[in-house]
Amino acid sequence: MPDIKVTPLGAGQDVGRSCILVSIGGKNIMLDCGMHMGYNDDRRFPDFSYVTQNGRLTEFLDCVIISHFHLDHCGALPYMSEMVGYDGPIYMTHPTKAICPILLEDFRKITVDKKGETNFFTSQMIKDCMKKVVPLNLHQTVQVDEELEIKAYYAGHVLGAAMFQIKVGSESVVYTGDYNMTPDRHLGAAWIDKCRPDILISESTYATTIRDSKRCRERDFLKKVHETVERGGKVLIPVFALGRAQELCILLETFWERMNLKAPIYFSTGLTEKANHYYKLFITWTNQKIRKTFVQRNMFEFKHIKAFDRSYADNPGPMVVFATPGMLHAGQSLQIFKKWAGNEKNMLIMPGYCVQGTVGHKILNGQKKLEMEGRATVITGTLDVKLQVEYMSFSAHADAIGIMQLIRMAEPRNMLLVHGEAKKMEFLKDKIEQEVFVRCISCYMPANGETTTVVTNPSVPVDISLNLLKREMALGGPLPDAKRPRTMHGTLIMKDNSLRLVSPEQALKELGLSEHQLRFTCRVQLHDPHSDTDTLGRIYTHLKSVLKSYSIQHVPDGTVIVESIVIKVTSSAEEPNLKVILLSWSYQDEELGSFLSTLLKKGLPS
Amino acid sequence: MSAHINHVVVVLQQVSLEEVPAKKLRLTKPSKSAALHIDLCKATSPTDALQYLLSFARRPVEAESVEGVVRILLEHYYKESDNSVRLKIASLLGLLSKTQGFAPDCIVDDAINTLNNEKSHQVLAQLLGTLLIIGTQLPDKIAVVQRLIDVACKHLSSTYFGVRNKCLQLLGCLGTVDKPLSKETDAGPGAQTSHVRDVQSVISDYFQDQDPRVRTAAIKAMLQLHERGMKIQQTIYNQACKLLSDDYEQVRSAAVQMVWVLSQLYPESIVPIPSSNEEIRLVDDSFGKICHMVSDGSWVVRVQAAKLLGSMHQVSPHFLEQTLDKKLMSDLRRKRTAHERAKELYASGEFSSGRRWADDAPKEKVDTSGVNLIDSGACGAFVHGLEDEMYEVRISAVEALCSLAQSSPSFAEKCLDFLVDMFNDEIEEVRLQSIHVLRQISTHITLREDQLDTVLAVLEDSSRDIREALHELLCYTNVSTKDCIQLALVELLKNLTKYPTDRNSVWKCLKFLGARHPTLVLPIVPELLSTHPYFDTPEPDMDDPAYIAVLVLVFNAAKSCPTMPALFSDHTFRHYAYLRDSLSHLVPHLRVRNLSALESAQNFLQDSLVRVSALQNLETPGAQDLLEFTIRDLLRLGELQTELAGSADFCATYLHCQLLLTKALQEKLWTMAVPLCLKQNWLSFDDLEFLYSGLETQQIATIHNIRLQAKALQLILTARSKPGVDRVLGACEKFLQDVESFQRLFMTELPHFQDSFVEKLLELMPRLTTCKPLDLVKILQTTLRQSGFIHLKLPEQIHRASATIIEPTGESDNPLKFTTGLVVALDIDATLEHVQDPQTSVKVQVLYPDGQSHIIHPKPGDFRTPGPGRVRLITQVYLSHSAWTEACQIEVRLLLAYSSSSSKQSASKPAWNESMGGLPTSESCIESTIHLSKPVKVFIMPKPARR
Repeated sequence: MPDIKVTPLGAGQDVGRSCILVSIGGKNIMLDCGMHMGYNDDRRFPDFSYVTQNGRLTEFLDCVIISHFHLDHCGALPYMSEMVGYDGPIYMTHPTKAICPILLEDFRKITVDKKGETNFFTSQMIKDCMKKVVPLNLHQTVQVDEELEIKAYYAGHVLGAAMFQIKVGSESVVYTGDYNMTPDRHLGAAWIDKCRPDILISESTYATTIRDSKRCRERDFLKKVHETVERGGKVLIPVFALGRAQELCILLETFWERMNLKAPIYFSTGLTEKANHYYKLFITWTNQKIRKTFVQRNMFEFKHIKAFDRSYADNPGPMVVFATPGMLHAGQSLQIFKKWAGNEKNMLIMPGYCVQGTVGHKILNGQKKLEMEGRATVITGTLDVKLQVEYMSFSAHADAIGIMQLIRMAEPRNMLLVHGEAKKMEFLKDKIEQEVFVRCISCYMPANGETTTVVTNPSVPVDISLNLLKREMALGGPLPDAKRPRTMHGTLIMKDNSLRLVSPEQALKELGLSEHQLRFTCRVQLHDPHSDTDTLGRIYTHLKSVLKSYSIQHVPDGTVIVESIVIKVTSSAEEPNLKVILLSWSYQDEELGSFLSTLLKKGLPS
Repeated sequence: MSAHINHVVVVLQQVSLEEVPAKKLRLTKPSKSAALHIDLCKATSPTDALQYLLSFARRPVEAESVEGVVRILLEHYYKESDNSVRLKIASLLGLLSKTQGFAPDCIVDDAINTLNNEKSHQVLAQLLGTLLIIGTQLPDKIAVVQRLIDVACKHLSSTYFGVRNKCLQLLGCLGTVDKPLSKETDAGPGAQTSHVRDVQSVISDYFQDQDPRVRTAAIKAMLQLHERGMKIQQTIYNQACKLLSDDYEQVRSAAVQMVWVLSQLYPESIVPIPSSNEEIRLVDDSFGKICHMVSDGSWVVRVQAAKLLGSMHQVSPHFLEQTLDKKLMSDLRRKRTAHERAKELYASGEFSSGRRWADDAPKEKVDTSGVNLIDSGACGAFVHGLEDEMYEVRISAVEALCSLAQSSPSFAEKCLDFLVDMFNDEIEEVRLQSIHVLRQISTHITLREDQLDTVLAVLEDSSRDIREALHELLCYTNVSTKDCIQLALVELLKNLTKYPTDRNSVWKCLKFLGARHPTLVLPIVPELLSTHPYFDTPEPDMDDPAYIAVLVLVFNAAKSCPTMPALFSDHTFRHYAYLRDSLSHLVPHLRVRNLSALESAQNFLQDSLVRVSALQNLETPGAQDLLEFTIRDLLRLGELQTELAGSADFCATYLHCQLLLTKALQEKLWTMAVPLCLKQNWLSFDDLEFLYSGLETQQIATIHNIRLQAKALQLILTARSKPGVDRVLGACEKFLQDVESFQRLFMTELPHFQDSFVEKLLELMPRLTTCKPLDLVKILQTTLRQSGFIHLKLPEQIHRASATIIEPTGESDNPLKFTTGLVVALDIDATLEHVQDPQTSVKVQVLYPDGQSHIIHPKPGDFRTPGPGRVRLITQVYLSHSAWTEACQIEVRLLLAYSSSSSKQSASKPAWNESMGGLPTSESCIESTIHLSKPVKVFIMPKPARR
């Protein structure tokens, strides 16, 4: 039986380093090629030696698909394509293609320039890698080769994030990447049509969470910022350069506009500025409101938000500053934090999760005094944290209900969970298998390197000749039962890798064969005192009474014809009472013929 | 392509050229059919024929020649081999049978005959469409309808989806409501029962058709049956529910409707829940299913589902409340929603929300088997709907919430948090809608402090619409504590300082807030008025809008709280007196010391009228003085007592008219004073009749009576000033016509007109019609002198239509500059009260210094309705003028247009104007309009265009 094999190289029962191999219909596809944030050694990248021990990957992979620009989905791409070696096509959406190299370059800088690692990919490699990228649009079906086609669907999550449908013949797999089923201030909700894939590979970051309404969180956030600004305090919001930062900007920008506020909002320069530029360009990928209003004004051309300069931090009066990085572990956000921490009028809003060991994590856990180590330039010693600290989570992954919603939308035959913790997946897996969907779904959650095999039942397309179809239709009953399977007679011709179903006559003609009639004959002996003609007459009346809906003819030359079956009666000279009934039928009427023979063997009713 | 178009154009021209002689022929007894016949015979190719038919279809055909045309078309139909031409003919047949006055019975047979021989599917579908049109024209002919249904059933098995579609449509539109399809059932039951099936089961067979378009058509046909009053069988329910998970959105969309219809038809019947042996009411089941559709993949379906939810009032409260319920969970631990947390915080008295990270940390562990992720039916439907990506869905969800909340107070309480959340939506329309909705359900709810806080945060919104909607909402809101009142006041004052233009709206809002919560205001009065038990505090500035706002709140609360005035200091009473006078619509009457208790204003009004009615003859000395004083009193009363303003003004105007008339009559010498009086009177009459709403016929008759008097006077004047028989003759006839029309219009009211001018006139009518004009004039003169004074009886409620222009204020000294010849937009903001049908009747008039005047009709969208009886007009008028040397003032005012009996009006007016000769035409009164507002002056300055 044909099957689909899925092997996660990363993100199997784990978050980070997304990389999934799929073999479908003889094609091998790599979905995402990410790095792991938690490791600094070889485990950082997926283990490509699984594909091949030595040599290039090109001959083993038909294509690589990148779902979005987060580094845990695309971080290993230059390493794979340039250092391991892959020359085939890499597919990603337009925004991903635009933003991805910026992040890769940033990643490279931090690893090589700051941490001083060697044997890492270079800027040139990133450029070379991006040359291999084939960009595609939403809902655009791209033919990778004659059989393999891929199609992108909107996934929310971040700008340009997409879900991919991979299809070979009638077998298909949908890979979601990261997605979000609830719209936010700048992106819409993920959407897919009822494509009924064989496997749906879904992320499951929030497999065990059902989230509260987004509006409460937004309102809280705005209220806190507003209150602080009104009493003259400063607000620091540490963010990562891309994604949530833009959402928060839009949120604050519209709020400022609505409420007619005057306090300045600053955005730390550098990476974010570049990213904002791309957000401006890819308006079509954002949500309804931004798409509809961009004719009057592009929402990403912020009126109230200006670029930040180091000196502004000391300005008097209220202000709101977005600064990188998001976990307050270094850089501009930490510097500003140190300056503002002493004033209880100020506020710090953490919009995301903080890794253990960072300043952000300590503060969130309520630490009031911080030991500042290191460089002499800034304050050393202890730092009193007097400013208010708020935690506001704005995360853009689908929650448990969202995942269910997607399953309902796509109606897959099998589910495969990746990009989540094993324990949480377990729960979701149970739930999916319990729920009553249109069709019963079995759910898998392979670990890294573990292969899941799903047997498929691909349909084999056969060309059918129109004449044959019409002829069969004419025989058929009323139309509304058109969905019910029906048997039909025809000849299957397999020729030049194609299958055709034609009428027997046409097949004969095409193959240059003459038709052979196949007839079965059968003698049935019967004791009957009457004369031959009378016996025939009795057979005729008997059949007439048994086979009501068949055409039965009594031909004067001494035969009875039932459909195409000929019945004759002869009697041997020596035993006039022993009649021999001769039945003859063609191959096509085998069923009726054997029925008649058994019927006549039972004898005639007296 | 362009060549092709050119070709078509050429053909069209040729056709129209050829048509010219045909048109001429028609004068003699041409028939259109003949021309068509000729054309069609001339056609050499199908394209030609098609062109002829197309041009033929552009012109209407008279009812009598329809049949002939149809015959010719049919004849060609049979001859024609080209599908497209036959298709066009078929569609023409349908078009023709719709002709007014043509009974399509006669072509039914032919149309059905054509069906039998037709091979092309498209043409067949079109023919069935034609039959459908014919059938809908003849709903009473049962035999015809029956035949058409038979035809439709026969063609249902067609392989082409279009044919099946049309057949289903036909069945839906014509399927007999009460009888089964075949008539045979009546004749012999049993024999043919297998063939006899009613329309519904025939249609429902096609719910499973392979083509989604046919499935949609089948559901639509079923809905059509329902609309025509046929009771849909309950068995359809299960089939319809299956279609809810169809692959195609139009099928799902129709199926949602179908399920909804059935839920309304059989709300109480019981259906089993699959995979369990429980049973629930059908309406609950369908509610759950439609709720499910709120998270459908297609937004069209989502909008529809959300809308329909709003009309399912019979659903059990338990199910209803589920729609707002979403069990939160984080890492398998039960989590409380932010709403629940806010409520608990409020209950525990601690008013702060999560300062710390993990403040919302989940507590109890969830039993994994108990969590139901998808099959929860109604669970969280509205939570999803309100968070939807498309604002259309959100708006319909908000509307549905509103309609459900209005019928269920407990649900209203629950949905409050969600509605308040919607105040932060990104689309203004949604925000506005949710504020309106909250206002509509506000009778059921009391806002908690934290909720009020969220509501009030929106007061800083820069959109005026939002702020005003919110003020309107606050007018109707109940709050729970005195802190809420204080909070609201503080926020409103903040709003006032930020947006000074909101003054009126804020004051009004505080008026209602005070009147609603007197007991809550009482404890905070000393604080509000900053009084102190021992020390005298400085007297606040009386012109400070914020101080006025506070006073409005306090005074309105004091109205129903008699102990409150004791807390006021002396200056408060003085300020009360001042405000009662200047802002009488905001400050109610209080029974406080120092102020003599006034008699009820109503009594005063009645007293004044009684006093006036005591006058028999207005010519007695002192009578006119009395009238004048009464008029003055009434006008003042109207200002003080807003409820009586309409009645008082009405009386005052009426008395004023009467007074003027009497004065005119007293002038023995017929000097110029009389025409002037008359002129003023004319304006008042229109005001009286059209500006006030709530008038009864008696009052209108009274007005017409006095108007007749004025006309009589005018006639006399004409006769005296211009001695020319012709002219007087015309005027006399006109006058007599007026009298007759009065009699005709107010026949029933005549008994009330004892001893009046009209009564006397009607008595003399036979003499009047025969006598000479000059005699008539003499008679009129004596009758006028003799006739008495008709007393006005007041109807229950009279409202005066009024308008105030809020912007422009007319106080600006800076001229509005614009380039000559170009336009400048002037923002106008006005409130209209008691204006009926403002969209059509209210106009803006702009009067330029050179006497030119323009009337501008505002767009219907510029009128907003913030509350009952009140309309807000926010519009822009475009001004333009040639250059002046210096800035000049233009006047802007609102006019009320009226139409009834305007013809009489306009007919009488020119005559009078002519007769008055020298008088200039009244500079601002445009025909059939009355002034609705005071004019506002705007300084404008056209600058010469720079070259």
